[in-house]
Amino acid sequence: MDTTIFQYEFVIKGLLGAIFASITAGLAGTYIVSKRMVFLSGGITHASFGGIGIGYFIGINPVIGAAVFGILSALGIEYLSVRQKIREDSAIGMLWAFGMAVGIIFIYLTPGYSPNLMSYLFGSILTVTNADIIALGIMSLILIFYFGVFYRTILYISFDEQFARTYSSYVDIFKYLTTSLVALTIVLNIRMAGVVLVLSLLTIPPNIAMIFTRVYFRIVIWSVIAGFLGTVTGYTISYFAGIPVGATIIFTLVIIWALAKGLHYLIGKFSKVAIRTV
Amino acid sequence: MDFLFEMNSISAAYGTNMVLQDINFKVTGNDFVGVIGPNGGGKTTLLKVILGLLKPVSGEIVFNNELIQSYSIGYLPQISTGDVNYPVTVTDVVLSGLMMRKNIISRMTQADKRKAGNVISELGLSGLSAATLNELSGGQMQRVFLARAIIGDPKLLLLDEPGNFVDSTFENDFYEKLRELNKRMAILMVSHDVGTISAHIKSFACINRKLHYHPSHEITNDDLLAYGCPIQVLTHGDIPHTVLKTHK
Repeated sequence: MDTTIFQYEFVIKGLLGAIFASITAGLAGTYIVSKRMVFLSGGITHASFGGIGIGYFIGINPVIGAAVFGILSALGIEYLSVRQKIREDSAIGMLWAFGMAVGIIFIYLTPGYSPNLMSYLFGSILTVTNADIIALGIMSLILIFYFGVFYRTILYISFDEQFARTYSSYVDIFKYLTTSLVALTIVLNIRMAGVVLVLSLLTIPPNIAMIFTRVYFRIVIWSVIAGFLGTVTGYTISYFAGIPVGATIIFTLVIIWALAKGLHYLIGKFSKVAIRTV
Repeated sequence: MDFLFEMNSISAAYGTNMVLQDINFKVTGNDFVGVIGPNGGGKTTLLKVILGLLKPVSGEIVFNNELIQSYSIGYLPQISTGDVNYPVTVTDVVLSGLMMRKNIISRMTQADKRKAGNVISELGLSGLSAATLNELSGGQMQRVFLARAIIGDPKLLLLDEPGNFVDSTFENDFYEKLRELNKRMAILMVSHDVGTISAHIKSFACINRKLHYHPSHEITNDDLLAYGCPIQVLTHGDIPHTVLKTHK
């Protein structure tokens, strides 16, 4: 076996995965953190596990099952909470556990085949296929295009939905579309970080960025950079230390967050004029 | 003077709870209407119907389309609708008031940004254009939202309880500013603070499920009795006086 080529492929796959994961997570993450829908996103993530289970059971690609479950649950929660037929946090809490239950039942029922449950729960770079990387790449392009073209419309609707309704009839379309794209982003990143950890991939980078800036556009840019640093560092450490990649990435990101917070505190303490990058 | 919009027998409800009943109301181009009435009397609901946010159960609202469309109305909501911790700058918020003119993919031009800068300094917010909302005081925030409401030069400006957040140092400037704006747009101001607004408005409408329009800024006790408007009145005049009474 030619180890150089194997390693080369491994490095390329890891690097591309890191780039695409940081771009998608940075864009979608800034949106959910700013709009305070982290808990909703947690619900979407865990509900999509039901789709993974059903995907295995009926023999289709589990990622497709997860995508269908993720998007439907996202739209369902948004719709129900707009109609105020149910308390949003209770709905999310139920869906969260229901998705996990469905997933576990169907994986258990799948005859003659026991998929690696751990890789879906906690992520594993070894099971990431070329198709997964390509899908993440396409998702990056879609998100860059979507947020690039509709930047102000998305920003203003998510900042003040009620006011946006006074001048635009597109509010609901954009809300549902953006939430669906967030759900899809989460599902595609599950391969990297796993159901349990993927949400942190979206939420920690914007929180690192928000230590230094409170301007939406800059939060996106710095989230992508922070996410890339955390992913590549975590990936490298996990490779050499032989520990699970998803967990190592999240661990690294939290360390970066803590360092940034400390740095910001020191800068504030030692300069007479408070420094704040606008 | 041309009318801007006309409400014909409008009724509006939340579920089965009828809030507005058989409203006939017309606003002309230069009016400055104070909308008064008790809490829950339908003041904010009236604004929602005008803005198209709430579909009336019956009746129709007709806009004079040469002057105005329902989506080109300047609107200053009660402060809570936008998330004050959202990462947007003052300039961004003010620019959002131009979105009614733009389509969904529009970018802001240099002219738009200059205009935002002008409105920002006009309202005494110079130096804060790059600040985010959570760095502002309540009064400053209210002015940012007023800037957002007027940047598009609307023909009609709706203000929902603006007095709540105007700080006392800015209060005189605020009403002076409204007087100036009133030269080029009609203003509809919802308030429960009858005393303060009666000095500034040209006419008033009392709303308590039904609406009574009174084409004068003097609000007398008899008017209120006749209209069944159960509010507390404090008016300014040559001789300051207070009328405190519950009306049937």
